[in-house]
Amino acid sequence: MDTLKALLVILMSSVLVNNYVLNKFLGICPFLGVSKKLDQAAGMGTAVTFVMLVATAVTWPIQTFVLDKLGLGYLQTIVFILVIATLVQFVEIILKKYIPALHKSLGVYLPLITTNCAVLGVTINNIKDGYNFLEAMVSSLGCGLGFLLAMVLFAGVRSRLDSANIPESFKGLPVTLAAASIVSMSFMGFAGVVDKLFA
Amino acid sequence: MEKQSKLSILLKGFIKENPVFVLVLGTCPTLAVTDSVSRALGMGIAAALVLICSNIVISALRKVIPDKVRIPSYIVIIAGFVTIIQMLMNAYLPDLFTALGTYLALIVVNCIILGRAEMFASKHTVLESALDGIGMGGGFTLALFCMGTVREILGSGSFLGFKIPFLQDYSIPFFTQAAGGFFVFGVLIAVVNKITKGKAISKKGFGCANCPSRTTCQENPENLDSAKEAK
Repeated sequence: MDTLKALLVILMSSVLVNNYVLNKFLGICPFLGVSKKLDQAAGMGTAVTFVMLVATAVTWPIQTFVLDKLGLGYLQTIVFILVIATLVQFVEIILKKYIPALHKSLGVYLPLITTNCAVLGVTINNIKDGYNFLEAMVSSLGCGLGFLLAMVLFAGVRSRLDSANIPESFKGLPVTLAAASIVSMSFMGFAGVVDKLFA
Repeated sequence: MEKQSKLSILLKGFIKENPVFVLVLGTCPTLAVTDSVSRALGMGIAAALVLICSNIVISALRKVIPDKVRIPSYIVIIAGFVTIIQMLMNAYLPDLFTALGTYLALIVVNCIILGRAEMFASKHTVLESALDGIGMGGGFTLALFCMGTVREILGSGSFLGFKIPFLQDYSIPFFTQAAGGFFVFGVLIAVVNKITKGKAISKKGFGCANCPSRTTCQENPENLDSAKEAK
């Protein structure tokens, strides 16, 4: 029961409180770039969640059983980025071959994720926070879902911006960032909720 | 003439092609570590060092690296330098190392560095690439410093940790929080837009050309036409 509670806390806090985009500022490029249309935002969010899960499933054992065992911890950054880059390629090839329908909907987003700092950030943070394998997987699921949630919510906010009357020098990115600031503010309301909920 | 162009390579990164405010690259660290000036400066200098070193090495190896595997090779070179910086900082500046945390490792995926490698270092001589690295790295540090200054003065009422007498009593914590980061960044870009109106180079064919998100990014001018058709 305690394990389940701990996992729930990790899941909820990584979705709402420590949201990767709105609180830790990771994965801002796709957040700003691919959030104009709802379907694309949802596609990107799903693809990132998927890659985060797979990447954690591979990097956690590598860190624990190879790097830590052999005292090669300092190679973490190099190994992780290469593993993620290769992995994304593999996933793309496999999806293309065996599940073409899924590849069609997620395929375009996969190559972009290689250099998405949220994926590398999740794998490194999981090691840093000292999670065991199950906790690490739950935490990456939560981070992915949090990313998806932020993308979808923000796509809704941005569709309202189209009809707004914006001052000349604020057009484009500045007003998008101001909108992101307000969305991020609304997420600040969740701080403390999770601890109280499961206390 | 030759000297002039070298000087312009060095200087363009600071304002005209500022990687953060004009090209809007490397947004993640810009927002994440700028809640205080010391963190912003630490991050800026670390990223600038990686950028200068990787620019030099990549441009020296530009004839050796096969075209097909250039991106993975660049990533390995960059990751190597990031690891060196991490070790050096851990040894000599342990406080800053703890303060920057994961963001230090994430310099690897900072698109400024890969972007300059692909756009500049792979096509120019070692000296020019080094100057470009200094300019772009300096511009990045400058931008981070601006963000950090605004956020620390308004948010904590201090500068580099020194308390400012009057502001100290009326600090606005909003600015040190995540939401304030987005807001300050948006306003600063708007200010740069206003100042450089018409003078700054457009994003077209520059900032986007190497961004991994370019095929789906709706900010990319190349995708604007297709987006309009879709409507």
